[in-house]
Amino acid sequence: MSILIDRSSRVLVQGITGRDGSFHAKQMRDYGTRVVAGVTPGKGGTDVDGIPVFDSVEEAVQKTKADVSVIYVPASLAQDAIYEATDAEVPLVVCITEGIPARDMIEIAAYLNGRSTRLIGPNCPGLISPGQCKVGIMPGFIHAPGRIGLVSRSGTLTYEVVWQLTRAKMGQSTCIGIGGDPIIGTRFTDALALFEGDDKTDAVVLIGEIGGADEEEAAALIESTMTKPVVAFIAGQTAPPGKRMGHAGAIVSGGSGTAQEKIARFERAGVPVAKVPSDIPRLVQAALERGRPKLRVVAGGAGGAAAARKKAAPKKRAVSRPVAKPAAKRGATKKGTGARPAAKRRAKPARAKSRH
Amino acid sequence: MNLHEFQGKELFRAAGIPVPPGEVARSADDAATIADRLGYPVVVKAQVLIGGRGKAGGVKVVKNRDEVLREAGRILGMDIRGHVVRQVLITPATDIEKEFYAGIVLDRKFETPLLMVSPSGGVDIEEVARMAPEKILRVHLDGRGLPAYRARAAARFLDPRFPVQKQIVPILTRLAALYHDQDASLAEINPLVVSPKGEVWALDAKVVIDDNALDRHADLAGMRDLGAEDPGEVEAREKGLSYVRLDGTIGCVVNGAGLAMATMDLIQYHGGKPANFLDIGGSSNPDKVTAAMNILTRDARVRAVLFNIFGGITRCDDVARGLLTALDRIGMKLPIVIRLTGTNEQEAREILSGRGMTALSDMDEAVRAVIARAAEAA
Repeated sequence: MSILIDRSSRVLVQGITGRDGSFHAKQMRDYGTRVVAGVTPGKGGTDVDGIPVFDSVEEAVQKTKADVSVIYVPASLAQDAIYEATDAEVPLVVCITEGIPARDMIEIAAYLNGRSTRLIGPNCPGLISPGQCKVGIMPGFIHAPGRIGLVSRSGTLTYEVVWQLTRAKMGQSTCIGIGGDPIIGTRFTDALALFEGDDKTDAVVLIGEIGGADEEEAAALIESTMTKPVVAFIAGQTAPPGKRMGHAGAIVSGGSGTAQEKIARFERAGVPVAKVPSDIPRLVQAALERGRPKLRVVAGGAGGAAAARKKAAPKKRAVSRPVAKPAAKRGATKKGTGARPAAKRRAKPARAKSRH
Repeated sequence: MNLHEFQGKELFRAAGIPVPPGEVARSADDAATIADRLGYPVVVKAQVLIGGRGKAGGVKVVKNRDEVLREAGRILGMDIRGHVVRQVLITPATDIEKEFYAGIVLDRKFETPLLMVSPSGGVDIEEVARMAPEKILRVHLDGRGLPAYRARAAARFLDPRFPVQKQIVPILTRLAALYHDQDASLAEINPLVVSPKGEVWALDAKVVIDDNALDRHADLAGMRDLGAEDPGEVEAREKGLSYVRLDGTIGCVVNGAGLAMATMDLIQYHGGKPANFLDIGGSSNPDKVTAAMNILTRDARVRAVLFNIFGGITRCDDVARGLLTALDRIGMKLPIVIRLTGTNEQEAREILSGRGMTALSDMDEAVRAVIARAAEAA
């Protein structure tokens, strides 16, 4: 099995007549993905290599029962594309687009709150369940079916790690690129919870980078609720503060979000951190043999995770860090994902406090 | 994109946030002319895109024309942590009774803007957060922006006097509106002061605009101060590359931001020093590779260059051809180590070996090789 997508997934491509959309629609289909529809306003009734094109997502979903949408539209159109897929109640939306303004994503995050759609990305390579379904832009051939889950903020660095795992005979259940932007749909914690609930995943590789505090959140979740071993790698140890390293979200600001902080937090949570990418397969092997005896608080759902995060908060607090919000951000119980129960996306009491 | 103080103050003024008058000078004589017009005492403030200018001696209060000429002359041309001062802001000195802090940042965790206010202004807010966290009030801005009642609560937190609060409330709501309307990722007033007469003024402005939103703010995009940025970073942006200069000797050209960071880290791990971060993106376009090589060769400290390419959808043989085209164009003298892996790796190796070049496939091996080449070249 796998998480989020499998061989039964029915994929629609928003922006299918564009250069990237048409190229990757064919690539995905060649991999074995069931690409059932494309959407480009004004091109309804045509087709791209036999894939029918519709004018709207709503119509495409009605006619083809698509349950995953992947977005390849330019940044200026991406917010609308995500809204359209959300309103058509597509359960899983994967946004590849890079360069979406943060304000657009703030609005999207608020809109998705309480709705049934899960967003992955933006500014991400997508996700793949090897041998079954590929939704995104990653090269398919580097993957192999297996029992390692992988979640990453990066693109090519992920390919690098996947390739090493594959060559070390460690196939993957699902690999998710969650994206390099400051505001993203699915976070590390969401993906970890899904892998924890997937009985075909034995261990998880997490690839983080500088900026933000999602890795720290992930470490707290692992510490409190995960029974499966996790191995981490953090990119950007040599990144200078105040400089954006390619990804919009990869920036050390006000002294927080450093690789060193993140590595220390993972180590405190008992998560082995690879010093170099080529170390990852060895650490995964060792972790699988050792298991994960370190579980301190066994708790299901968001309450336990949130409580654990409070306990595990790093000592030096960044200015902008508010009180915790629950780990399982959006409904993690999308059909067939086998995940833990959905939690309310925002920690209401915490918010009330900030309003005093 | 970081704005200078005077640019941020222009935005404040347009938004109705009270800012003292002021003008920018590029020479000591101009500074004196402006100061004469404004009336003494004035403050001479270095305009650089980096914090800590006060501590570095880049901000001075002066009482007469002679002092302006002397201090403006000293500050112009000064190097503040690698940033050369080319402009100074001349503004009347304000008597200060109290200094507050007000700033809005993007709270990544809550996925909303976050307003922070503190009665301890004039110092680093990170410092306040460490030493006296109870002196910071945080207000998350949801889809409603900053409702007046929440602005009033923030104002009460800053000052007990109602006439002062009444001035602070519109400043905060306008700051919140500016943050939203201008697609800012930071909008900060530090200090926000109360004068002995009870007037509230924004004495400084720090505004950062979201690079991803500049397309819809042509006026702001025009504020970019190319002279204040690293020339390599300016050129890289024009060519669609992402480049950050570091202080080492090993240049690197990588596809993908995460892999580029990991490459830098690996160079350091094996005992070398990276000269840069450079992400050429997913393409094998020879123009991008040429631009990348041009930027690196202009950096005199670079002793050797590592190409680290993971060929996914972009095929390694295309990358190899792009690389050779680029090398022919610029006549590169520096030693190069190439690491290619992924799609059509074998074909790429053959193309390169036809030109007497070797491509490695292991990343650690390639990094060790480039460190050795750099040491030989030094």
